[in-house]
Amino acid sequence: MWQYEKKLQYPVNIKNPNPKIAQLVISQFGGPDGELGASMRYLSQRYSMPYDELRAILTDVGTEELAHMEMVSAIVYQLTRNLTPDEIKRSGFDKYFVDHTSAVYPIAASSLPWRAEYIGVKGDVITDLHEDLGAEQKARTTYDNLLRLIDDPDVRDPLKFLRQREIVHYQRFGEGLRLATERLNSKNFYACNPSFDKGCGK
Amino acid sequence: MDNRSALVRRIHALDFALLELNLFLDTHPECEEALCKRREYQMERAALIETYEAQCGPYVVTAQHVQDNRWSWVDGPWPWENGREC
Repeated sequence: MWQYEKKLQYPVNIKNPNPKIAQLVISQFGGPDGELGASMRYLSQRYSMPYDELRAILTDVGTEELAHMEMVSAIVYQLTRNLTPDEIKRSGFDKYFVDHTSAVYPIAASSLPWRAEYIGVKGDVITDLHEDLGAEQKARTTYDNLLRLIDDPDVRDPLKFLRQREIVHYQRFGEGLRLATERLNSKNFYACNPSFDKGCGK
Repeated sequence: MDNRSALVRRIHALDFALLELNLFLDTHPECEEALCKRREYQMERAALIETYEAQCGPYVVTAQHVQDNRWSWVDGPWPWENGREC
């Protein structure tokens, strides 16, 4: 169950619309390392997680990713308001506009729509936590790339906040991996899969 | 900055601190220092939310106090509409 709080996790107040950079930022909504995939990955993985701390961290980080998806969507929304047909044509936003007008639809910067293949949910604690650690770093790289291409401080500010959150999540997942391996056979972490095999662990 | 923006900023800051403590406690559930900080921030937040909801309408759909004559949850601004926090 979820409950909506009527706020953004971090404010997004963009003064100048810019459909060109909206087409880049949208990747962190519906792209391969975007926030939609992040949330779906963690909220799906938690059912097969063997330890309470890991169920908690996946639930809470998966929930925070929904708030990040909302922030990225707010950036895209504010960058594409009040556009004229001429601005739409000149910025290259015309191809998106034909299919979605100025709505916010989950696609990558390359224009590929969001796909479930972007996420890994394997049902093995070590495998899934490594997927999560990699996912946080991939999202961090994507924010770094966006920050290399975008000058507007109104857009950079929330992107920097989101980049920092990837690093915090990476840290928490690293601690999760440590907690998991402490409960496995230290001579062979792979002797069994505690997500499936009965009586597994030390 | 007017009082209302200061109130909203303080609530957002407390929400952020509480979220950070939440994630930290998920992997350190017995950390007394984090638990103590959480209690302190939670108490301050509860008082501020009451003030906020009296001025700005419900923060969450299960808000304690709503107007008798109108379901003000529907009233904007919604969070993604910029420059208007309350």
